[in-house]
Amino acid sequence: MEEKVSTLDKLPVGTKGKIVKIKAVGELRRRLVDMGVIHGTEVKVEGVAPLGDPIEITVMGYRLSLRKREASQIEIEVI
Amino acid sequence: MEKMGVLEGRKELVVALAGNPNSGKTSLFNELTGSRQHVGNWPGVTVEKKEGRLKFEGIDFKVVDLPGTYSLGAYTEDEVIARNFIIYDKPDVVINVVDATNLERNLYLTMQLLEMNANLVIALNMSDEAKAKGIEIDKDKLSQILKVPVVMTVATKGEGVKELLENVLKAVEFKGERYRIDYGKELEEGISELESLIKEDEELSKKFFPRWLAIKFIENDENIMKEFSSKTALMEKVKLIQKKLEGIFGEDAEVVVADKRYGVISGIVKECVKKRSTPEERYTLSDRIDRIVTNKYLGIPIFLVAMWAVFEFTFALGNPLSDWIEMFFDWLGEVTASWLLSIAAPDILISFIRDGIIAGVGSVLVFIPPIFLLFFAISVLEDSGYMARAAYVMDRFMTALGLHGKSFIPMLIGFGCNVPGIMATRTLENKEDRLVTILVNPLMSCAARLPVYVLFAGAFFAENQGLVVFSIYLLGIVLAVIMAKIFKKFLFKGKTAPFVMELPPYRVPTLKGLLIHMWERGSLFVRKAGTIILGVVVLVWILSSLPAGVEYASAESYIGRLGSAVAPILKPAGFGTWEAASALIFGILAKETVVGTLGVVYGAEGDALFEAIRQHFTPLSAYAFMVMTLIYIPCVATIAAIRRETNSWKWTFFAIGYTLVLGWLMAVLVYQGGRILGLG
Repeated sequence: MEEKVSTLDKLPVGTKGKIVKIKAVGELRRRLVDMGVIHGTEVKVEGVAPLGDPIEITVMGYRLSLRKREASQIEIEVI
Repeated sequence: MEKMGVLEGRKELVVALAGNPNSGKTSLFNELTGSRQHVGNWPGVTVEKKEGRLKFEGIDFKVVDLPGTYSLGAYTEDEVIARNFIIYDKPDVVINVVDATNLERNLYLTMQLLEMNANLVIALNMSDEAKAKGIEIDKDKLSQILKVPVVMTVATKGEGVKELLENVLKAVEFKGERYRIDYGKELEEGISELESLIKEDEELSKKFFPRWLAIKFIENDENIMKEFSSKTALMEKVKLIQKKLEGIFGEDAEVVVADKRYGVISGIVKECVKKRSTPEERYTLSDRIDRIVTNKYLGIPIFLVAMWAVFEFTFALGNPLSDWIEMFFDWLGEVTASWLLSIAAPDILISFIRDGIIAGVGSVLVFIPPIFLLFFAISVLEDSGYMARAAYVMDRFMTALGLHGKSFIPMLIGFGCNVPGIMATRTLENKEDRLVTILVNPLMSCAARLPVYVLFAGAFFAENQGLVVFSIYLLGIVLAVIMAKIFKKFLFKGKTAPFVMELPPYRVPTLKGLLIHMWERGSLFVRKAGTIILGVVVLVWILSSLPAGVEYASAESYIGRLGSAVAPILKPAGFGTWEAASALIFGILAKETVVGTLGVVYGAEGDALFEAIRQHFTPLSAYAFMVMTLIYIPCVATIAAIRRETNSWKWTFFAIGYTLVLGWLMAVLVYQGGRILGLG
C-alpha cells in the first residue's frame, strides 16, 4: 500500500490516518497531548462542521473537534 | 464507633472529586451530597467551587468537587486549581471519576494524580454504558496494577455509591505505595537526580511530593518554573537534564514524558479491557443523532431552532412570572404605604420603605424567573451533549466576529436580558473569550430598552417605527462585533485559544441534575448580585429625596442637580437638558425607568408624554437619545452580574467606562452628523 504523509486538515471525511508528528508547540501541543492526540495514535475524520470548520475526529475511541488551523499542525500517514 | 478513629480528633474527612469533563463527576457529586451543597468561587478566580457534606457510618465528610480537567498542568485555571487543592489542602482521599467508556484517555489524569501521591480511589463510572458498548473492564486487574481500590459506579442511578464510600473509608488509613510509572532509564536518572536535590531543600520537600515536583521540572511546567526561578542552582540542573534528554530523544522532554505515560496506559488498557470494540461496531444511537445535528444542511437550521426554543422558554415563560412579581411588589408597596400613612408615619419613611426597600427587593426578584428558566434550558443543552455541538456548528461564524462558538448563546440571551446573558458565559472555558463576551454583551439591546425606543420612535417616527427600532438593534450588534475585535486585539494581544473540544456522547439529562444546576446558579445570582442591586436602588432613592423637603426626583433634589450638572456634557448630543440627564441617571437602575422618569419630570403620561417629548426633542435628538440609551452604562443588575462573573471591579468599571464613552461618542456622532447632513 502506498504511504502518504499529509496533515490532518487535508484528510477527507471518512478516512483514517496515523499521527506521525505534532508540529504544534506550547499550549496547543499540551492541549492535544492531554486529549490523547499523540504520535502513533490512529485517528479517523468523522465530519466537517456545516460552515467548513472545525472538523470532527475519532481518537482513542471518542469524538474530538478541532479547528483546521490546529489540525494542520498534525502530520498524518494515511492508512 | 471504633471507626471514628480515622478522624483523629478532627471534625470531618475531606474528600476531593477529580476527573475529566463529561465523566459523570458532577452526577456523582450530586448523588453523594444531594441537596447539602454549597456553591461559591475559588479564591481570586471565577471558577465555581462546589462543596457538599455527607454522613456515612457516623462519620462526617466534606466533599469538594474539583474542576473537571483532562490533565493537571499549568495551562488552564481549572487545572491549576485542581492540582493546588491536592497539593496544599491535602484531602484525605481523592476520588478519581473515570469514564469507563473512555478508559485510555481518562487514565492520563489518573497517572498524574498517582504521581502527586494523592490517596486515590477510582470510581469506574458509566459502567453500564461501557457494558452496552461491549467494553468489559477487569476492575480487579486494574486495581491490582494501580494498587488503588476500583469501584464500578453508575452515578446517575446511584449504583455503587455505598461501595465507593466503604472504600474511601478504608483508604483513609492507607499508608502503602501506589503504582509508579517507570519512565525508563534515562528519564528516571534525571528524575532521581532532581528528587534528591529537592529533598535537600526543606522548603520544597515540605510542600511538595519530591518525585512529582521533579517530573514537573522536567516537563518544564510553566507555573513551577516561574515559582522557583530564584533557585538558580536547581534551575541550572533542570536545564541541563532537559537538554540531555532532548539530545537523547530528539524531542522536548515534555513530549517524552507524555509519550511514556500514554505508553504505560496503553499497556494497562490491553491487560484490563477484555473486549475492545472497534469504532465500526459502535455505530451507536449517539452517532446517528450526530449525523443529523451536525449535518451540512440541517446543522444550522437545527441550531437556530434550538436557540429559538431556549429564548422562548426563558422569556415567554419567564416574563409573565416577572410581571406578577413586579405587580406583587407594587401592590405590597401601596399596601405598606397606606398602612404607614394610617399610623401617621412621616412621608420620608413611607417613601423610603415603598420606593427604596420594597422596590429594591422587587427589582432583584423580578430576575428570578428568567434566570432560573435560562439555567434550566442551558443545563438541558449541556447535559444532553448538544452544547458542544452548538459550539462546533457555530464556531466558524463566531470566530469571524472575534468571538468563540460558545459565545452565541450569551449574546442571544442578551437580547432578552443582559443579566442571564452574562451569566451564560460560564459555558466558555477560556478566560479571554469569556471576558470579551461579557464586555460586549450589554450592547445586545435587552427587552428593557424597548419601551424607551417605542416612546421616542412613536413620538417622531410613527410611520417607520419598526424600521427605526430595528436600526437601533442592528447598531448594537455592529458595535458589539467591532468592540469584540478591538478588545481581542488590544486587551488580549490577539491571543486565540485553541479550539480542541470533546464532543461527548448524547445522553438523556436527569431531572435531578437539571434542578440542582438551576437552583445553584439562580440562587447564586440572588445572593451575590442582589445586594449590589438593592444598594444602588436605595442610593438613588436617597439622591432623589434629599435635601429634605424636595419633591421626589425634582430639579431641586440631588438627582435633579446632578442632572443639571451633567446636562451641558450632553449638549453636543442634542439633549442637554436636566430632564434628559436625570432620566438617563435613573435608567442605570433599569433601562425602562427612563420612560417613567421622563413621565415624572415632564409631569405627563400616555399621549401627553408623547406630546411633551415632541416639544423637548427633535427627531434627530430623539434618535441620538435612543442611541445613548442603547449603549451608555449597563443597568445596575447587569453591572452586578459583570462584577460577579468577572470577579473583578477593574473589569466592571472598565465596562461602565467604555460603554459611557462609546454611548456619548455615538450619540454626538449621530446628532452632529445629522446636522451636517441637514436632518436636524
